[in-house]
Amino acid sequence: MSEQVEWSDTEASPTPSVPAAVTPADAADAARLVAFGLQPKLQPARDQEYAELLRRYREDPPFARLADAVAAGLGLIVLEVSPRAGMAVTAAEDSVFAVRMGDYARRTSADGGDRFLHGLAHLALAAMAFPRPEDLADDGYIGRVSVNGVDAFVRQACRRLEERAEEVGENTDPATDAPGLEAAWRIWARRSAAGATKDARRLAGSTTGIVGKAAAFLTDSGFLQRTGDDNGGTYRTTARYQLQVRDMAGSAAMAELLELGVVPVTDGTPTLVPAADDDAELVADAGLPFHS
Amino acid sequence: MTSPASTDSVPPQFSAGPRPAPGPAADEGLARRLRALACTAPLHDLDARKANLAGEYSVYGMAEVALAGIDLVTLNMDFDTGADHDQIVARLIPRIAAQAPQRPVAEHERVARWVLENLINVGSVDRGFRAVYGTFAPDGTYVRRDYDFKLIEEVPGPGGSVYLRTTDEAVNVLVGALDTDVTSAQIAAEVKLEVLISRGRLADAQLAAEQARYRTVQYSETLRRALDATRRNVRAVDWLNSVPDMIAEALDHVADRYRHENAILTNIRKARDESEDPEQKRRAAELVDIVKDCIRRHTQLQSRLLEAGPLFRAEQDRQAFATPMTTAGIDLYGHLVAPVLPLPLEQATRVTDAFFARGTGMRTPVSVRVGDLVDILLTPPMEREHLGAEMPEPDLIATPDDSRFSEEQLAAAKELLDLPADAPRRLSGLLAEARRAGGFDLAYLVALMSIHAASPPVGTAYRQGEEKLLFAVDDGTELDDPDFGGADLIVGTALLDALGMAADRTEAA
Repeated sequence: MSEQVEWSDTEASPTPSVPAAVTPADAADAARLVAFGLQPKLQPARDQEYAELLRRYREDPPFARLADAVAAGLGLIVLEVSPRAGMAVTAAEDSVFAVRMGDYARRTSADGGDRFLHGLAHLALAAMAFPRPEDLADDGYIGRVSVNGVDAFVRQACRRLEERAEEVGENTDPATDAPGLEAAWRIWARRSAAGATKDARRLAGSTTGIVGKAAAFLTDSGFLQRTGDDNGGTYRTTARYQLQVRDMAGSAAMAELLELGVVPVTDGTPTLVPAADDDAELVADAGLPFHS
Repeated sequence: MTSPASTDSVPPQFSAGPRPAPGPAADEGLARRLRALACTAPLHDLDARKANLAGEYSVYGMAEVALAGIDLVTLNMDFDTGADHDQIVARLIPRIAAQAPQRPVAEHERVARWVLENLINVGSVDRGFRAVYGTFAPDGTYVRRDYDFKLIEEVPGPGGSVYLRTTDEAVNVLVGALDTDVTSAQIAAEVKLEVLISRGRLADAQLAAEQARYRTVQYSETLRRALDATRRNVRAVDWLNSVPDMIAEALDHVADRYRHENAILTNIRKARDESEDPEQKRRAAELVDIVKDCIRRHTQLQSRLLEAGPLFRAEQDRQAFATPMTTAGIDLYGHLVAPVLPLPLEQATRVTDAFFARGTGMRTPVSVRVGDLVDILLTPPMEREHLGAEMPEPDLIATPDDSRFSEEQLAAAKELLDLPADAPRRLSGLLAEARRAGGFDLAYLVALMSIHAASPPVGTAYRQGEEKLLFAVDDGTELDDPDFGGADLIVGTALLDALGMAADRTEAA
């Protein structure tokens, strides 16, 4: 600010306060930047024009406002514009760019169980990619996940719940005519982890198949990068995925959970710590790998 | 739903009329037995459904094959992977063949695959079974419940392959009651092993030893999970009390087992050496292998235990001493996954749907122009040369058969030299007989083979586990023959103790 004052003093001209008129060329550039943002796998460092437009976005506020307006008009939300994440945009609700569960996987509309499994796969992937709140908040953090690892992690949590139900002598078998009341963990626990198929591909309906589909889909979204074939496929996270989970998905799911009247412990300390107080019911010491 | 408080306030009704149903406590045992009973249903079902198969399959005892299959999978599963599908089929076939020896092998294999696929229940999306049973709720209403279970499940193995594992239900109901507590189950298995060995019942001892190994692997797996969780989040694991306690306990356990298994090893070796029965010797040799593997795994566990401390300190440095974050973020596991899992499906789906809708990013919709579509549809498909370039006809030159002796001569010589073990012969007699049967050439071949036998390939025979070996000894007698000169060798066959050698080999390994 002070720099600007000095500069205007020496020049003795108030021109910076007058906004320059938007030319069609500016609008084309702004739309071009949004178009780059629509290609999530494109890396700014690899494309000079993209990098140049990003620099202009950061240095030229009117241009930034123009690009934001273009994105908003298309039904996009701008998460971050930076050299590391590029023009990180995501679909607003009901936008043409939004992904719908019905398009994502078949059977999800007919079978409530499958719909839940696909959603939980995405949630568990994110939880494994960012195991601590610090990891989600730290911009430099790169998470690593594997398909079999995610499945094992959810199964372990399910087993803890099963053991806990057994300890209190609760019968968790669902009533026959009310499948919607079945505890969610049972759906995952009773689905098989893998299955032999005729062509040696992963069985799509198995839990590793479902997690594998989620990982492949997120890779296409530019959220994960495949690093190897071990453990059913290993992946590392990108800056975009962190932004998406932190700013969009996590809070949306939290809001939904609160609306259901479930209030998770929210004192800011990591909940993976086994708590000694009575809130242990909700504290996730299920992360403990011990069966004892 | 009635609240539990209302039932609490009602005093015990001793004088009241007959209760509509026995209380939940009595019912619980019934439910448990109903579930155990349900686990056997798929086996009975196999015998009931074999009539529906195309062909005459009533001769096969399907339940028997299924139980044998479950036993095989249980004994073959390593903790990390599981049993191989094809291997189980191959091992099942002898039993099926014994049930109907006159049927073709292809049919036996078909039966094995059919039984195995039905135990996995390939047809259902969960690949499991469901039984419906009824219980009385605390308020006296009758509720039908679904019991879902699996007998054999498929698990992912290394390299994308799929392995078979028997489930706890199958092990508990169909294999026999196995305690789930790692430590005590292991002790039980080992006590059983010792008793069996002391009574000389080695066949059962082998089963117990394999179970003991299974427990051993399970124990080290528990530790591996703890260390994995530490790598993810140091604070997920209680390094103040429970982990040091567990490590101390595990080290004690390793020391204890090590002593124990070495004692067992000495005992089996003694049983092996003293036993006269070759079958028992072989079993004992296999047992030595298994116990050695147990000891190896314990050593592995111990080295992992020793690495645990340094790993914790390294992760502590990385995770706890990093610059603290400024904003409190969402703890995805603690705030979302853990609270969602116990919710009823209907509510849980709302949360996962919300995460899915905003967590998957965006897709650019595909739009089609009619002009492009017409072009695409009218383009003739690319001719693909999937056969590749034409191969030139290879130019073959027949190589002349320049062997000194023919196959018939070799066979005749081998027949001549196939001597009974208790009747060695002089080379002169063999040569005379060979000359009568096949002239000079056959005699020459017999002479060559006899000379070769003067230095028999003992090492090779030992390694390959051959049962007999041709040898030749010079006792100083001069050979009196028109064509050959030298010593008149004594040629004979030595019988080798293949079983004893096998035992020695395993011990040396």
